[in-house]
Amino acid sequence: MHIPDGFFDAPTSLVAGGVAVAGVAYCLRRAEGELDDRLAPMAGLTAAFVFAAQMLNFPVAAGTSGHVLGGALAATLVGPAAAVVCLAVVLLVQALFADGGLTALGLNVVVLGLVPAGVGYATVRSALFVLPRTPASVPLAAGVGGFVSVPAAALVFVGAYAIGGAGDVPLSTVLAAMVGVHLLIGIGEGLITAATVGAVVASRPDLVFAARGLARPAAHSPTEAVSR
Amino acid sequence: MSRPRLPLFLAAGLAVTLLLAGIVSGYASSRPDGLEAVAEEQGFTDTARDSPLAGSPFADYEFTPAQDERVSTGVAGVAGVLLTLGLGAAVFVPLRRRARRAAGPEPTGTPSKR
Repeated sequence: MHIPDGFFDAPTSLVAGGVAVAGVAYCLRRAEGELDDRLAPMAGLTAAFVFAAQMLNFPVAAGTSGHVLGGALAATLVGPAAAVVCLAVVLLVQALFADGGLTALGLNVVVLGLVPAGVGYATVRSALFVLPRTPASVPLAAGVGGFVSVPAAALVFVGAYAIGGAGDVPLSTVLAAMVGVHLLIGIGEGLITAATVGAVVASRPDLVFAARGLARPAAHSPTEAVSR
Repeated sequence: MSRPRLPLFLAAGLAVTLLLAGIVSGYASSRPDGLEAVAEEQGFTDTARDSPLAGSPFADYEFTPAQDERVSTGVAGVAGVLLTLGLGAAVFVPLRRRARRAAGPEPTGTPSKR
């Protein structure tokens, strides 16, 4: 379930909408400079994959389930700017499917798009900084990024709820509950992210944004430059 | 080991995506997710209002004409994937075109740097 209409008051939804529009606009500009002829179709596929992956709820704890956010995954594959655009597209389609409200779309783009992609990518980069400089490190880094991105999004949600949440609830309990369950969901996200990135790195590491500049594995044939 | 060519890689990726959305989705957990569960437990779930799009064709990932629930979810999933691809293309294709025009003539396949 994404954030439905009614959870937040109008001013908060409006401000979040503004932040979302500004964020996506900025990311569109950035993505324009980062997407080459290979990464652009990857971005389309990544968006479609994230949509599909978000349908696959997995059980986490007593009576609860979770689904991936895909922010770290998308950012690792196509860069954080394109990732935000991908996630915004996914969230828009989901809003059309009544998954997530309409006035809440801005909030969803912020909490489920900007935050996971941004925090996820920052974590991936930090992890790659300390890991061996080889494409094989990328799936692990992506997994850590995925794991961190989920409770981060939950934290931002609670922060926003403190400002403009419509319900009258004790924030400390909501904070503990939200972060707690999303730490568990984060484990699933981390594993799924690592596995997916691992599959791409194994077959086409050149298509992975976060793997750029890392030492390439042993000798490859001279025909490779033609084999796009 | 030679790498798969890009069109093949993308086709394989799309096939997996459609499989996940069209078939695996029918077996996903139906338990409430993190936010829903917390909202119910903490007592703010009642503030939720139905989306104005709650009556749309694939609302709640359901394709109502389908009798079987899994088929219903699967059809909605495939529709969603195709819609996402279409919207994604509508965004990324013009973006790529703009970038190419701005960069001027260059050897194909070279990533544009900024």
